[in-house]
Amino acid sequence: MNSDPKLERIAKGNALALCATGTWTASFAPVLERMVADAEKLAGSPQSIFIDVSEVAKLDTFGAWLIERLRRSLTKGPVEAQIAGLSANYSSLVDEVRRVRATAVVDSSPVTITGMLEQIGRAVAGVGGTVAGLVDMLGAVLAAGFRVLIHPRSFRLTSTVHHMEQVCWRAVPIIVLITFLIGCIIAQQGIFHFRRFGADIFVVDMLGVLVLREIGVLLVAIMVAGRSGSAYTAELGSMKMREEIDALRTMGFDPIEVLVLPRMMALVLALPILAFLGAMAALYGGGLVAWLYGGVEPEAFLLRLRDAISIDHFIVGIVKAPVMAAVIGIVACVEGLAVQGSAESLGQHTTASVVKGIFFVIVMDGVFAIFFASIGM
Amino acid sequence: MAGEAQRETSDPIIRVRDITVQFGATRVLDGLNLDVKRGEILGFVGPSGAGKSVLTRTIIGLVPKVAGSIEVFGVDLDSSNTSQRRNVERRWGVLFQQGALFSSLTVRQNIQFPMREYLRVSQRLMDEITMAKLTMVGLKPEVAERFPSELSGGMIKRVALARALSLDPDLVFLDEPTSGLDPIGAGDFDDLVRTLQRTLGLTVFMVTHDLDSLYTACDRIAVLGNGKIIAAGSIADMQASQHPWLRQYFHGKRARAVMT
Repeated sequence: MNSDPKLERIAKGNALALCATGTWTASFAPVLERMVADAEKLAGSPQSIFIDVSEVAKLDTFGAWLIERLRRSLTKGPVEAQIAGLSANYSSLVDEVRRVRATAVVDSSPVTITGMLEQIGRAVAGVGGTVAGLVDMLGAVLAAGFRVLIHPRSFRLTSTVHHMEQVCWRAVPIIVLITFLIGCIIAQQGIFHFRRFGADIFVVDMLGVLVLREIGVLLVAIMVAGRSGSAYTAELGSMKMREEIDALRTMGFDPIEVLVLPRMMALVLALPILAFLGAMAALYGGGLVAWLYGGVEPEAFLLRLRDAISIDHFIVGIVKAPVMAAVIGIVACVEGLAVQGSAESLGQHTTASVVKGIFFVIVMDGVFAIFFASIGM
Repeated sequence: MAGEAQRETSDPIIRVRDITVQFGATRVLDGLNLDVKRGEILGFVGPSGAGKSVLTRTIIGLVPKVAGSIEVFGVDLDSSNTSQRRNVERRWGVLFQQGALFSSLTVRQNIQFPMREYLRVSQRLMDEITMAKLTMVGLKPEVAERFPSELSGGMIKRVALARALSLDPDLVFLDEPTSGLDPIGAGDFDDLVRTLQRTLGLTVFMVTHDLDSLYTACDRIAVLGNGKIIAAGSIADMQASQHPWLRQYFHGKRARAVMT
């Protein structure tokens, strides 16, 4: 049934006549396009131009368009090219294609120096926009929080508990496992290097201070940013894409109060709990390695830990947790609500949520370090 | 192509035999048989939740079936190898209920996506064919550079149809093509499907709820109920049927409004 398409010139005195045969369909499109391009050069100045298509076995949009393209390019001069021998089945297709307006394809604008400079400028201005967006969201969340304080019944307890389960309860195994392993590694490295000075026992001091003040909360915050921050952004982003947030708004609900506040509450409550569990797991892991690898007996470890660590160290660590949680939550929600209509945009904002979340967590940690140093804690 | 259609009428383009589809304990399709003839527009109706979309998705291979066989273009989809399957997939187009346009591509890129994958043609030809398809589905060329999120519901349906048609398929599946369109838009869409069926020699498998579509666009109607085809035939057969659901459907207030 399928035969190779051909386009031949049949001489007819002063007239230019072309005869198309074979299968003019999409699968032969490259061949067809070449033939049509060759035939277009034949124009000359004949008195009449015919394209005979009576022998075409099969025609689809691609074939019909190429015949139409040929007809148009042969009609440059005063003579109009005619299509002859069109069977009734295909005439409507050819008519349909004839209605197509040939529009020039717009090339994407080339890369220029000014264009690049413009992009840099926009990126810098975008940083300011990011900060403004975060402050804006912080304000909106606080305002929603005050409204809830005045009308406690409007607080969404079920939703908060649901998110607590997602970000806290379900995160416990992985957080405990990872911090346990980090505790083991810190203790092993400490013992390995301190042994040279005969200072094995000081590994307990290092472990205690490091885990309680810094590593415990920082590591957990980074993991929560990756685990829950991304989830918040993806949830809110896909709700935005499906106009669910607009729907809430039209029903008279404040999306901040309904969606953002319970998530923020859950995160602010969850992170201190997770940071505490993480710190305990890290101390346990460190103690285990100190015993099995360094030969520090558990009793000696605990005694040393009691001397080395004061409650201040623990407070310094745990106080940071809710603040970091708030930062992660705000970044995630801002990014989620900034998602536009496409899947690509959802991906970009989820990535941005995690990257910015981790960045701001580390910035906050630095700010806290300066603060605690200056108040002498 | 008409001659070809005549010759192959006896040979159904889709042949569904005894298929059973189950989700957990609920049996959605239960030993269903259906033939779709070459060159016809088959309207597929049934109560909401009866499994119309499930059948469509089973035929195109998105929902696994428990039992039965499906042949499309004479190829049994279970026993076919990858290249046969790709060959079949290249010859059908699917219009999903929500359009399912790729949200990060422009309209032009959406329509060219299958062409890029299956055909080796120049960018110029692809652009021109895109314009041709957009004209065919009644859209302006300016739409080409827009993203799906910037289109109205009716435009999304039209672009999705243009994408389904981009490889000039022999068979198109339309899942509720006129739902969510205004009556004039829906009427235009029916005319469009008819015109395309005539010009391109398409076979159309159309899941629909729209009585107007059934009257104006469809050659034959199949009715799904209780996991089986309860009736199949022309609109006159449907009106003559004594089945309670059919009587309600084709003799209800809305049906009478359409008939007059």
